Amino acid sequence: MTDVAIVGIGIHPFGRHEGVSGMEQGAHAVRTACKDASIEWKDVQFAFGGSAAAGAADTMVSQLGLTGLQFINVANGCATGGSALFSAYNTIRSGAFDLGIAIGFDKHERGAFRIESGGKGVDWYGGSGMALTTQFFGMKINRYMEQHGISQRSLARVAAKAFRNGELNPNAWRRKALTEDEILASPMLSYPLTQFMFCNPGEGGVALLLARGDQAHKYTQKPVFLKAAVVRSRRFGSFEVLAPSLALDWSAGPTVDASKMAFEIAGIGPKDVQVAQLQDTETGAEVMHMAENGFCEHGEQEHMLAKGETEIGGRLPVNTDGGCLANGEPIGASGLRQVYDIVVQLRGDAGKRQVPNNPRVGYTHVYGAPGISGVNILSR
Amino acid sequence: MAQVSIRNDILELTPEGPRLIGSRCKKCDNHVFPSTKGCARCAGTDMERVTLGTRGKLWAWTIQGFPPKSPPYLGEDDPTKFRPYGVGYVELPGQVKVEGRLTEADPRKLQTGLPMELTTVALRKDADGNDIVTYAFAPIGQGA
Repeated sequence: MTDVAIVGIGIHPFGRHEGVSGMEQGAHAVRTACKDASIEWKDVQFAFGGSAAAGAADTMVSQLGLTGLQFINVANGCATGGSALFSAYNTIRSGAFDLGIAIGFDKHERGAFRIESGGKGVDWYGGSGMALTTQFFGMKINRYMEQHGISQRSLARVAAKAFRNGELNPNAWRRKALTEDEILASPMLSYPLTQFMFCNPGEGGVALLLARGDQAHKYTQKPVFLKAAVVRSRRFGSFEVLAPSLALDWSAGPTVDASKMAFEIAGIGPKDVQVAQLQDTETGAEVMHMAENGFCEHGEQEHMLAKGETEIGGRLPVNTDGGCLANGEPIGASGLRQVYDIVVQLRGDAGKRQVPNNPRVGYTHVYGAPGISGVNILSR
Repeated sequence: MAQVSIRNDILELTPEGPRLIGSRCKKCDNHVFPSTKGCARCAGTDMERVTLGTRGKLWAWTIQGFPPKSPPYLGEDDPTKFRPYGVGYVELPGQVKVEGRLTEADPRKLQTGLPMELTTVALRKDADGNDIVTYAFAPIGQGA
């Protein structure tokens, strides 16, 4: 099967954009990606795209141009972007098309996600005050800290790093550094997580152009190859978000499964990764995902964070664009934002937030409801 | 004033106290809450209705520190009147871990392994002036 390269990237800055629809932010990202690859929209043979709250992606063609291309909408919760990328990657690998695009965008209301049951009868779960993703993250890290000796200071360190990195990223939403003490002193939202340890639902758009590897140099001098794209759902016994009950059995979550499978497909291991994007819905998630993705043992994060090993200049830089914490989480765009940043880093175009020593291998990981993970491995 | 359950197929208010309704797989004994028609462990479809146990140990917990959005929340959503509440999973021996509200909201008084029992908390009044209640877990000895 053919190699697949990312040959063009586009982003609409993340944040809050009054008067700009989510769809328009997606279209902006598409135009930017086409320009980056020196092609026109009419050259794109197929598209996979999605948003959770900003409309059906395929209607975007009415502002981009009605070229008749194959356009498939993707809806897969927090893994919407990752699923669009997975689909585009396999479409090219199969030989069906040579050039296509993965698109994600979104625009959410302020505050925590409003989650309502679509079923019959009274929404007892939401009605009782349990339909909040924030509670799951609080419970999971609270238990994890107790089991593996992680301190609340470590949770603050992750947030402080995110906002420092966000300050260096012109496309980030939160661009003001905060001290660990300011983060610890902010209101307690879901114990042990404070306000500045959580990301916010937000807005933004990302588009990635994919081509057959053997044609990549037609479009770019700096192709980045997608070595693995994996999306996995949960197995029986895993501890997941928005679950009214959990089995007594225990199994590792979809992140562990997706990560193992991606490393196997790519034929490399965690030690080969030089820059990573790990889902940081809140800072505890980043801490736990370091271990779940195979980058350390459970509990090692405490001294890794104290030594700054996940900083831009550290042993394994994590979330160099500020992650979800500094960029917010527009669901459809978030997973593609991670890949966008890895491509920028591997191209050596990250400016002030560039990881030193010309990194060659990058990694992305997304996690979301109702227990789904997507992992991508990239190299140049 | 009388109490009414937020939903009778989830929570039954009996003379002996509140009871949660779940399902048990007749093939592999897997328990699940609320009830379902298929087994997530063995993929079996022979499920029976089961009344779950009322005591267990706290397995994971947090404190809900801000008012949930209403809808869907039926409790107090006015930030000036809202009072934080605990949320956690309680492991019912031999059955399942159930997620529920906790009557305790002080992190210094909660820890994994704490013995808990089923109770109820009121969310709001219905049109007839009855208290709509949902289930909650209280540390044993501090029940409602």
